[in-house]
Amino acid sequence: MKKVRLPLTDEVARELRAGDQVLLSGSVLTGRDAAHKRLAALLEKGEDLPVCLQGEVIYYVGPAPARPGQPVGSAGPTSSYRMDIYTPPLLARGLKGMIGKGRLGPETMRAMPRYGAVYFGAIGGSAVLISKAIRSARVVAYEDLGPEAIHRFEIVDLPAVVCVDTQGGNLYEEGPKLYKQHAM
Amino acid sequence: MRELDVARITQAVAELFLEANYVIGTDVMDKLAQSQAVEPSPLGRMVLEQIIENNTIGARERMPVCQDTGLSVVYLSIGQEVHLVGGSLEEAVNAGVRKAYQEGYLRKSIVAEPLFDRKNTGDNTPCVLHVRLIPGDKVQITAIAKGFGSENMSQLKMLTPSDGVEGVKRFVLRVVEEAGPNPCPPLVVGVGIGGSFELCALMAKRATSLPMSRSHRDPRYKALEDDLEREINRLGIGPAGYGGQTTALKVHIMTAPTHIAGLPVAVNICCHAARHAEMTL
Repeated sequence: MKKVRLPLTDEVARELRAGDQVLLSGSVLTGRDAAHKRLAALLEKGEDLPVCLQGEVIYYVGPAPARPGQPVGSAGPTSSYRMDIYTPPLLARGLKGMIGKGRLGPETMRAMPRYGAVYFGAIGGSAVLISKAIRSARVVAYEDLGPEAIHRFEIVDLPAVVCVDTQGGNLYEEGPKLYKQHAM
Repeated sequence: MRELDVARITQAVAELFLEANYVIGTDVMDKLAQSQAVEPSPLGRMVLEQIIENNTIGARERMPVCQDTGLSVVYLSIGQEVHLVGGSLEEAVNAGVRKAYQEGYLRKSIVAEPLFDRKNTGDNTPCVLHVRLIPGDKVQITAIAKGFGSENMSQLKMLTPSDGVEGVKRFVLRVVEEAGPNPCPPLVVGVGIGGSFELCALMAKRATSLPMSRSHRDPRYKALEDDLEREINRLGIGPAGYGGQTTALKVHIMTAPTHIAGLPVAVNICCHAARHAEMTL
């Protein structure tokens, strides 16, 4: 199991391969549909983003409410494909990786090797376990979006698997191929 | 006539949604453990182990096993000898949903209007409520917390009678293959066959809430359930879609009479976090 520090450096990103099990520690941003829509609208108008994306990793998550004394409630990944249309422009702004679940679309897949970006899969429906790795959470933009606001999480040993690497290796293609027993 | 205060339905609905979101049924947990014992993929085994650990902690600490605590679907079967008193039934059910989601640290995921404003209602209401009358003086309540990662991967198709068994199998397998890793496999696959457009979808949803041990009572449909489960598990998708032989935990089929010209088939995909709970009042 590799330990990976976030934000990501180019050197660390390049060493990761699809299928690697990793423990992620450090700092990530969160965002999902509504926040991405707002970021994309700002980029379209040529305006500044409320957060700098250089080297950052975005975790696609909308947590459940925290109980008293906890930084965050259950916080597993949401489906990544819904953010696809917003992702290439964010990669162009320095975004180095995403944490989510499920396939990425062709445009994001094409853009990732160009920017040396990595896509980590967290286990969908493993939201309690993942929440234990989140040590602090604070809102950095779009507080009005509630669970969809952009948060900054400090994480320690969040379990994940490299699903798409900087060379274009894709676990969602390669993994099932090994176990497929018949053609449709 | 038996009188039943709708306040009791509010309380029951609230308890059921808390239970459904915190505790995965022992039938699903057993099936996950059995799958983990035979899954050949190391990554697949790791994913199943993590899911089992997650669900164990969720039940112990009363935390929702998934952050998507779902759109609330309620099936009410009301005995026709029951006289409901104390207010509106629909409001009472929604009050139960509101109580569970506001007091139970569950995420509120419902927008009031689907296309333009998409403003969150703030309390996970309204639920989707299906009511039917049955003989007797009891009220049966089934609560389903339906996550949309899997709901979004569901499909319905109006096949024609000539498509037959092979057509149904092809369609179900195609839906699961197209869904791939997105709906959080291993899945519970609910299949509705027959009825009308809307009844077919209702059956598929209902099928996702049936116990793992249940099979269709007609042996031909039971054989089709088993056949589909086997075929789905040969697609290679595996736990989390990382590759493996555990893609479906169970396929449940529900059927209804249909029109001479039609063969509707609905596939409602449910993730491994099959969250439902039942109670009879």
